[in-house]
Amino acid sequence: MTSEVATSAGLEKRAPWREGTAFAVVSLVAFLLAVWYIACVPMNDVVTETRLGGRDIGWGAWLQASWSLERAVLPAPHQIVTELWNTVVLVKPWSPRSLVYHGWVTLSSTLVGFLMGTVLGIVLAIAIVHVKSLNKSLMPWIVASQTIPILAVAPMVIVVLGSIGFTGLVPKSIISTYLCFFPVTIGMVKGLTSPEVMQLDLMRTYNATRNQVLAKLRWPAAVPFLFASLKVAIAIALVGAIVGELPTGAQAGIGARLLNGSYYGQTTQIWAALVAASVMAASLVGLVGLIERMVRRAMGGRP
Amino acid sequence: MQAGTAGQATSGRAPVIAANKLSLTFETNDGPVYALSDVDVSIDEGEFVSLIGPSGCGKTTLLRIIADLERPTSGRISVNGLTPEGARLARQYGYVFQAPALYPWRTVERNVRLPLEVMGYAASEQVERARRNLALVNLSGFEKKFPWQLSGGMQQRVSIARALSFDPKLLLMDEPFGALDEIVRDTLNTQLLKLWRETGKTVVFVTHSIPEAVFLSTRIVVMSPRPGRIIDVIETSFPADRTLDIRETPEFLKVAHRVREGLRAGHSYDE
Repeated sequence: MTSEVATSAGLEKRAPWREGTAFAVVSLVAFLLAVWYIACVPMNDVVTETRLGGRDIGWGAWLQASWSLERAVLPAPHQIVTELWNTVVLVKPWSPRSLVYHGWVTLSSTLVGFLMGTVLGIVLAIAIVHVKSLNKSLMPWIVASQTIPILAVAPMVIVVLGSIGFTGLVPKSIISTYLCFFPVTIGMVKGLTSPEVMQLDLMRTYNATRNQVLAKLRWPAAVPFLFASLKVAIAIALVGAIVGELPTGAQAGIGARLLNGSYYGQTTQIWAALVAASVMAASLVGLVGLIERMVRRAMGGRP
Repeated sequence: MQAGTAGQATSGRAPVIAANKLSLTFETNDGPVYALSDVDVSIDEGEFVSLIGPSGCGKTTLLRIIADLERPTSGRISVNGLTPEGARLARQYGYVFQAPALYPWRTVERNVRLPLEVMGYAASEQVERARRNLALVNLSGFEKKFPWQLSGGMQQRVSIARALSFDPKLLLMDEPFGALDEIVRDTLNTQLLKLWRETGKTVVFVTHSIPEAVFLSTRIVVMSPRPGRIIDVIETSFPADRTLDIRETPEFLKVAHRVREGLRAGHSYDE
């Protein structure tokens, strides 16, 4: 114990980024990149062949050619990085060519949908916990709603809302809401019913009202469950927003970039949009995790 | 239960708790369980009454009926001249559970303030009462700590401070020290005795420890299981300022012996 303290400073000891972890991460990334580059060669075989017109140029030049095709079946990682650089850094963020612009369009409907889904999910959970009959009557519908493929629902939502004058942000947000209220409801029902009998009995001895029990016991007890749900919810809210962009005729957003890319065979653009979407998803989940840690600390969680 | 609707205690020294032919049967899938059977008990103001017996003898059930956490199947009971429900709605008792049941997201001070918040005390009054009651259980200076930073014994003292914070005249304690080791338990027994002497509360105390019951109580109610009933009621007459040393005296041992005899008699039918 003492030697441990002596050999390493407190911060280093607690740092999760140990040498072993770094090595594992770097080697895994290197391995995946290697597999990717190798896979490019057979995947792009036909395209490269056509491009070169049957000339025999040796295997070194062949490799180079198959890693720099304009319309590769599988573009090489550095091509995607170049595409990202060109569409994120080199163009103005408000230009329709900018991935930042498209990212923002998707992000805004994601966040609106996430907020609405969270509120809806919490309200449903509170209702279910407090009204016994709702657990039997409402829950099956909530579960059933999630068995319908979102790809089937999305065009209907867009068309129906479009016919009554709602276009753009609102329909996309509603598709996000539709997807992300579910984990919030499930998590919060579990969380709101998590207090022990003794903790509930205590409130009963104080003759506390139902709202007081909710505010002072059920709600704080549910907070850890809420954050677990929110992490899932925000990621699928993003999926909902992207799916919602597909049937709109691909005007703007990450979904539009995906659709555009597939129309014109711009695989690099598709991949760049996918990378952007996963970076956004990871950042959003990370942000929720950060807020969770702050809330946990404020609520007396063990460090 | 007409006494309850009247809402007033009868004149004179009416008992704080009066139970008459109290029975409670739980209907389970394996048939009825007779938790309590024809229990008569009367507890006066300022008494310290222990309910002792093996697990399953209904001592906790009796306490929970007093607290209106269970309803009796038959019989009558009044608490401060009210029905148990009336007493609960009027917040006339403080309840200490087997476990501290602190809310982990609240600091020690905010845990003690919980009942005061529920009952709508002014914020300054809450702070002042939390401070005073934490001092009473020797926990001054721990206001800003969270429950997990405290030992089990300290947590249970917080829960006692919480039960006392709104100054109920009646304190119901359900094996509050059952989960603690004997050394901590001895200390807390001494502190509880002092607290009882200083505050003059009526205490109903459930335990399965003979020395604890004999040391703390003015009266010991010995119970037996299946069905839960009262075997013996023993008055004690130890000086109010007694210390743990009295456990070595012949009088103490005599009372303890009688309690043990009662427990054995209640158990003789099987096991």
